[in-house]
Amino acid sequence: MRIDASGLHYRELNQMIHEAVNDGEFELFLDNVLGHRYIGTGLKSGVRIEISGTPGNDLAAFMDGAEIIVNSNAQDGTGNTMNAGSIAISGDAGDILGHSMRGGAIFVEGLVGYRCGIHCKAYRERLPVIVVGTTAGDYLGEYMGGGVIVVLNRENADRSPVGRYCGTGMHGGMMFVRGEIEEYQLGAEVAVEEVTGQDAEMLEAIILDYCATFDIDPARFSTEDFVKLYPWSSRPYGNLYAY
Amino acid sequence: MLNTDNIRSRQERSALPKWLVQSDFVVDRDESRCIQCEVCARQCANEVHELDADIMEMFSESELCVGCHRCVSLCPTNAVSVREVELDFRPNSNWTAPMIRNVYKQAEHGGVLLTGMGNPEELPVYWDRMLLNASQVTNPSIDPLREPMELLTHLGEKPQALEFDENGALKTQIAPQLELHVPVMFSAMSYGSISYHASIALAQAAHEVGTYANTGEGGLHEDIAEYADNMIVQVASGRFGVDADYLNAAAAVEIKIGQGAKPGIGGHLPGEKVDAEISATRMIPQGTDALSPAPHHDIYSIEDLRQLIFAIKEATRYRKPVGVKIAAVHHVAAIASGAVRAGADFVAIDGYRGGTGAAPTMIRDNVGIPIEFATAAVDARLREEGIRHEASLIVAGSFRCAADVVKAIALGADACYIGTAALVAMGCHLCQKCYTGKCNWGIATQDPALTRRLNPNIATRRLVNVLESWSHEIQEIMGGMGINAIESLRGNRDHIRGVNMSDRELAILGISAAGE
Repeated sequence: MRIDASGLHYRELNQMIHEAVNDGEFELFLDNVLGHRYIGTGLKSGVRIEISGTPGNDLAAFMDGAEIIVNSNAQDGTGNTMNAGSIAISGDAGDILGHSMRGGAIFVEGLVGYRCGIHCKAYRERLPVIVVGTTAGDYLGEYMGGGVIVVLNRENADRSPVGRYCGTGMHGGMMFVRGEIEEYQLGAEVAVEEVTGQDAEMLEAIILDYCATFDIDPARFSTEDFVKLYPWSSRPYGNLYAY
Repeated sequence: MLNTDNIRSRQERSALPKWLVQSDFVVDRDESRCIQCEVCARQCANEVHELDADIMEMFSESELCVGCHRCVSLCPTNAVSVREVELDFRPNSNWTAPMIRNVYKQAEHGGVLLTGMGNPEELPVYWDRMLLNASQVTNPSIDPLREPMELLTHLGEKPQALEFDENGALKTQIAPQLELHVPVMFSAMSYGSISYHASIALAQAAHEVGTYANTGEGGLHEDIAEYADNMIVQVASGRFGVDADYLNAAAAVEIKIGQGAKPGIGGHLPGEKVDAEISATRMIPQGTDALSPAPHHDIYSIEDLRQLIFAIKEATRYRKPVGVKIAAVHHVAAIASGAVRAGADFVAIDGYRGGTGAAPTMIRDNVGIPIEFATAAVDARLREEGIRHEASLIVAGSFRCAADVVKAIALGADACYIGTAALVAMGCHLCQKCYTGKCNWGIATQDPALTRRLNPNIATRRLVNVLESWSHEIQEIMGGMGINAIESLRGNRDHIRGVNMSDRELAILGISAAGE
């Protein structure tokens, strides 16, 4: 089913999507999307939405299993509190991508803004995965409590692929970053090590998946070029209070 | 490879042994009454009491006592009593004993002072400076025992006008509403901060009375989902347990921006409290800290707040009221107005006396403003701006009795939240040690040996009794005023007079002085 979003308010567009999904539609093509917010909010699995144009903020908020393809850039708040499903963005994405994400995957071909993956979680079988194609802004993985963030640095930027305060407040999960990181860029809770063993296997699998999505040659990436960032404690503030 | 050892050692600094910290309480035991039954020893999670079996005598370590009175209440022979330490420092009205003790504690530990429950300091309680009206001669009072007295309250956006078609049928679409049989709801208390039994009792009581309980940010336990029609679910900065099903399960959704006990700061549920059940309800791994950041990282402005409100409305397909909870702080009226303009269907305001399971003492006791002023200021502001009907106003922050509720509604609130009063109904003795997880009354703890002490069905009964008795009292007070519907009391400030207040205070509250 195709929906022409031009001239529609986001509420009208989303209502058309919800009605189509309720009627059993499993593949939707949205054309001329122009900043429409909340596309895919709360949608369960069994639905695929392909978006042409630029979706607005909170794309796939609370999404619970659906698949979203964005043929250009996405704005802020993509995958806000997302529970399951997948998003592939053939372009850049704005700030707080994957905020409090609990499961599913978000692949971005280009860069992401500030606070990507903030408060990412993991729970039982749910493991959120965010892959950033080029670079990420400050506060990547802030307050991260679970899941995996990968920064591929595909274009081999001449600066560090992550900003400052990377992993501030981190108390779970891990990040894999390809490229240089200076100590001053890291939050106080972050430890660094080489990527080996099971971590390397997992990273390889994620890279293969990502490369297949965007038709990139995976041979360009070697797990040896990555560093792993992880929290040295799951209780970073355990000693803060006088009882 | 980077070296983070220096950071680690800074964070893992060790505390000094306790040296100057002294007891707050003295435990007295009447040896002639004590039968060495050891009930006190078994009941005290702080391990104050111990039997010396060699000489068959009970001993009490006063410095461990938190003053919760569990042993006093349960001693079968009334042998145990607890009193405050009378004179442990030279009297000084500036350097009071708690001030000195806190400095000692911090000198030894180096940490932030932590406490529980609401602000206990000697600051004015303005409810106690407001007196209510009653009819004499000219407007006869009403007897609620014999005449109808309506307490039914609806929370949510109200239409500015009603439209009907030619057949007289309502054309205006009414926004989703919460329906309360008594204008009192249970405030947000998460499963985690309180026990499973306490959580289920609140849900059951709300269901029985026809009001609502609030999950806090602890998620919705699967057993409580049964009472979801009487639950408000919270979306806080940590987004614990929040998914589309959670949002759609409850009667309404509340975005928690702030809390009266700790405005401007987040929360830490320590990892040791995150057991299997709590991990499942919050949807986080067992044993990790549940960290709620101070702000929502997707909200930096009123426009962003609107974005989250409508994200939730989209996720619930516009079928649930979505509200915003804020702490009462400076400029609360402007903030509340912003929340209403952002699309909130209700605004909950928590005053500086509001309770908590854990808060830094300095924040709890020094940040925020009294709920009395916040209620009056917000109601007045929303009326001035012509948007009072767009959202309901829920106020919180230490409602201790039915009269407090009546005064709040007369100042302009639609309903109240009670937290501490509900815990007290279940047996809380306000020892303020919720954060230790050793609640001897089985309320603010996850220790199975302690949670067993609270029978959820008895706790439900006690909560229902309190709400029903408050309902009666509210009806009696309204009847005395000659008012037969709570709608007519709302914002009816003419029924309040102030005593012992400055002109400025009276003006902000919008009430006259007694005698006027």
